[in-house]
Amino acid sequence: MINIVFWFFVILTIVAALMVVLSKNLVYAAIALLVTLLGVAAMYVFLWADFMAGTQVMIYIGGILILLLFGIMLTHKITSVRISHTNVQRGFGALIVIAIFAGLAWMVNITPWLQIHSQEPQQTVHDIGILLMTDYLLPFEVASVLLLGALIGAAVLARKES
Amino acid sequence: MDTLQVYLILAAILFSLGMFAVITRRNAIAVLMGIELILNAANLNFIAFARFGGMNIGGHIFALFVIVLAAAEVAVALAIIINLYQNFNSINVDEAQQLKQ
Repeated sequence: MINIVFWFFVILTIVAALMVVLSKNLVYAAIALLVTLLGVAAMYVFLWADFMAGTQVMIYIGGILILLLFGIMLTHKITSVRISHTNVQRGFGALIVIAIFAGLAWMVNITPWLQIHSQEPQQTVHDIGILLMTDYLLPFEVASVLLLGALIGAAVLARKES
Repeated sequence: MDTLQVYLILAAILFSLGMFAVITRRNAIAVLMGIELILNAANLNFIAFARFGGMNIGGHIFALFVIVLAAAEVAVALAIIINLYQNFNSINVDEAQQLKQ
C-alpha cells in the first residue's frame, strides 16, 4: 500500500515537472509547478522530514508560486495572442540535458553509497529549533538580514520612477 | 522504495528538467520556474542524505536555508522582470539584449 502511494507521488512529480517545462500556456505551467512542489513535499514526508514538508507547502506553494502567478498576470495582457510561449532550440537543449541526466544517473548508479540506517526521529521541529539557535545561529541571523535586503531591493526595483 | 538511489534519480530528473527550462524557455518567468525546479532537486538531495547519509537534522537545516534563499531570489527576480516589461514591453530573454532602450 505504502509502495503504491510512493510511486504514485514519484510519477505525479515527474509528469507535472514535464508539464512545467513543456506547456505552452504559462498559467498551466504555474499550476503544474504547484503539483510538482506538492509531490516534492510528499517525498519529504517519506524521508521523515515532516517540518520541511510543511515549510515547502507554506513557502513554495503559499508564497513563491503566488508571486510567480502575480508576475505572469502583471506582465501579460491576458487577452493577447502572445500568451503562448514556445521553447527555442528544443533539439539542442534536449541533447545537452539528456547528456547531463545520463551523467548524473551513471554517477548515482556506480557510486557505492554509504547507507546508514538511522532511527526515525521523534521530534524534528524540536531538534531543528535547537540547532538553529546553537550551531546555525550565524547563518540564521545572516538570512534575516538577507531577507530584509531582498525586500527593500525588490520594492525599490519594482517602483515606478516618478 | 527505501533506497537512497530512488530519491537521487528523482532529483536528477527534476534537475535536468529545470535545466531544460532554463536553456530553452524564452519567457523570463518560465526560466524562473526552471530555477525553482533546480532548487527543489537540490533540496530533495539534502533531505535524502539527511535520512540515508547520516546528516540527520543538519540536512533539514540546509534545505531550510535554501528555501529562504529561493524566496528572496524570486522576489528580486520578479521585480527585475516587471522593470524589464515596463521598458521593453516584453519579457522574452532573447529580446532583452540591452540594459537600456
